[in-house]
This record gives sequence, C-alpha cells and structure tokens, in this order.
Amino acid sequence: MRIENLSFSYGKKTVFSNVSLKTDDRIICLMGKSGCGKTTLLNLIAGLLKADSGTINEIPQPCSLMFQEDRLLPWLNAKQNVALVLEDGDEEKASELLRDLGLEPDMEISKLSGGMKRRVALARALAFRSETLLLDEPFKGLDENLMKSCAELIKKQGKLTILATHSQKEAEELGAKIIRIEDGIFYY
Amino acid sequence: MKDGHLKTILSSPFFAVLFWLLIWQLASMAVAKVLILPGPVDVFKAFVSLATQGSFWISILMTLLRITLGYIIGVAAGCILSFACCSSIILDSLLSPVIKIIRATPVASFIILAMLWMATGAVPVLMSAMIVTPVIWGNLTEAYRSRNVKLFEMAKAYSLGPKKTFRYVLVPSMMGSLKAACVTSLGFAWKAGIAAEVLSQPKRAIGSNIFFSKIYLETPELFAWTAAVIALSFLLEILVKHLLEKEVAHEN
Repeated sequence: MRIENLSFSYGKKTVFSNVSLKTDDRIICLMGKSGCGKTTLLNLIAGLLKADSGTINEIPQPCSLMFQEDRLLPWLNAKQNVALVLEDGDEEKASELLRDLGLEPDMEISKLSGGMKRRVALARALAFRSETLLLDEPFKGLDENLMKSCAELIKKQGKLTILATHSQKEAEELGAKIIRIEDGIFYY
Repeated sequence: MKDGHLKTILSSPFFAVLFWLLIWQLASMAVAKVLILPGPVDVFKAFVSLATQGSFWISILMTLLRITLGYIIGVAAGCILSFACCSSIILDSLLSPVIKIIRATPVASFIILAMLWMATGAVPVLMSAMIVTPVIWGNLTEAYRSRNVKLFEMAKAYSLGPKKTFRYVLVPSMMGSLKAACVTSLGFAWKAGIAAEVLSQPKRAIGSNIFFSKIYLETPELFAWTAAVIALSFLLEILVKHLLEKEVAHEN
C-alpha cells in the first residue's frame, strides 16, 4: 500500500494533512484513539470518500469493506445477506461460509446477537469477490475463541487486508503490521 | 363472573358495536321519527329489502369497480410521481406545488369541474385517484428522504448495481410507508368516490342511490346504503392489508 501526500478534512476539521505511507505488508492494522481517522482512511481506500489531495496506490481492486456498523438488511436472513454480494447469488456458498464462522445460515437478522451480526457482516465481506479486505473493527463483540477462528479465516484468504481496531491482541493474532494514527500522522 | 373475564367482554369489539347500536336505538326512540333518525332495526329492514333487489348488487359492484380502479390508478400515480420527485430536483420543484395544491383543494371543487369535463361514470374514478395520489406520493417521498443512507452506501460498496439495490434495499425500505399510505388512502378513496357519485349521479352507483334516498326522504334506505359503503370499505381494507402483508412476506 502506498499513500502519498494525502489530505482530507470534514469541512473545517482536518483529519489528514499531507501525510504519506508505504508498506509492503499484506496484513495491516490501523490503530489509534477513537476519531483519529481509522474509519476515514478505510473509506478513502474503498473510494466512498474522496481525498482533498494526494493519492492512494497499490491497493488491488475491488475492495471489500466491512463497515464499523453491521449494515445488514433486516428483511433478509443471514445467508441471503451474504448471497446478495455474490455474483451468482449462490445461497449454498453463503451458507457454507456462515457455517465456517459458526453461524446458522437461516437465522433472521433480528434474532442475532451483536457478535453474530458482526460475523454475518464478516462473512459478507469475505464472500464478495474482492482483492482487498477493508475491515473496520471486525471482531467487536466476539470472545477470544471466536476472534481467533475469524482471524484464521481472514488469514486464509491471502488477500491484502487492512483493518481498524483498538486491540493489540487482534493485531497480534493476525500477525499484522501495526500502523498507529495520532493527530493525523502515521507511525510505523 | 370474575373481574378479568368481565373486563375482557367489555373491551371486546363485539360489545362496543352492541353498545353503540343500543345508543343509536335509544336516540331513535327519543326522536321517534323514522324520517329524521331511523333505528338500527329500521335500517336493517331497509337493508334486507334492498339486498333482495338485483339493482342493489349491480350498484355495489359498479361503485366497487369505479373506486377500486381509481384507487389503483392513484397508488400507481403516487408511486410514479414520488419516484420522479426523488430522482430529480427539477421534477420535484415542478411537481411538488401541483401535488400540494391538489391536496389542499376541496374535493367538491374538483368534482364539479370534473363533471364539466367527463362522463359521470368517470368522475368517481378520477376523484378516488386524485385523493389517493398525494397521500401515496407524500408518504413515499418522506420515506425516501428519511431512508437509511448507510444501507445504500453498503450497496454501493458491494457494487450491488441499480437492479439489486432497487429490489433488495430501496423497495423493502419503503414498504412500511407504502403499506401505511395504501391503507390510509383507501378510506379517503371511498369517501371521495362516494361523494363524486352523489354529486355526479352516474347510473348504477351507491352514491346516486344515497342521493335519491335523500330526495325521496327514504332515510332508512339512506342509512342502509351508507352501511353498505362502510362494510365494503372495511372489507377492502382487510383485503389490501392482507395483500400487502403477503407481498412483504414474499419480499422477506
């Protein structure tokens, strides 16, 4: 991943001002306090936000973005939510992925716990035919064992993975390169 | 009898109907003039007498057809106009004032105007449609403006494309509002349609019969026709609710 002279602000609030970053690592973990710009950077990489100036390069496309909120469709069940992002809409494939994450494919979204919803959102991100995984706090609400099995599944994908988290443990579990963001500056 | 059991009976819809029928009967007995206020028994007798005539059922059928047609046109027009207003600021600024004027104009004014322009049988259809369109338009437009944009952002991030986004994100997001608007506007369609029939007096229509009952001072018949309107309105409401619920369940 290569970021050059990136600047971005929300109105008058500057998040990044002319910052750069270069790393060859395949699993990158963005860490920092709440509001430091982790989610903003993921959205910039995903193309949901446009930088004021600067470039983000060497990100294989398309990207699969797991949002900080689950953003699941409550009128579809777990497997339908996952199958929706599959090109062929194969519900069997979606079910398999959900079972790998310890979930029952036919469960209604409204009946899932926070951690279960998180795993459905993760399954959807993994199901999407992408070259890069952008994961915003993917293990929120998961216990250690579940976190480990999810981390294993992410590693198995072998894709460029950039995740935002507050937990050092999660970064270590993934064997990720840690990039700290403080006052809009990258430390690595 | 236990208190709880009595409370259940007293709060049942059956008891409420019985209570108001009794009040009506007592009021009718106090007035003691069938011409001014017939009692429920007089109205029931008039209803039975009407129900034995073929023309009664033909009138009901024709009114049902007119109002249903107007309602369907109104729902379709409301959906199309709302879609147009939500997808283009120019169309929104052009159409919004027109719809707001339609909403604020008394139905009677439109009925009189429509009577000048078209066949009497078409007036109730147009009036039902005109009363339904702004309700559907307003609810759908409001629902679109207050939609969960995060879900649409998700659809964009996962490249769902316009077809899938429409079917799986937009339509279900709007379904609750559409359902509420459809049920609410059905009652309005009946009121406007019958009012249009009363004023334009097409052949074979409940409204025309209501008008003639008034002219010939047949008050029990007037009540009986009104009761038929209420019963039909309730039945249609149940049908529409059932159909929409089926549709939502199918979408799910």
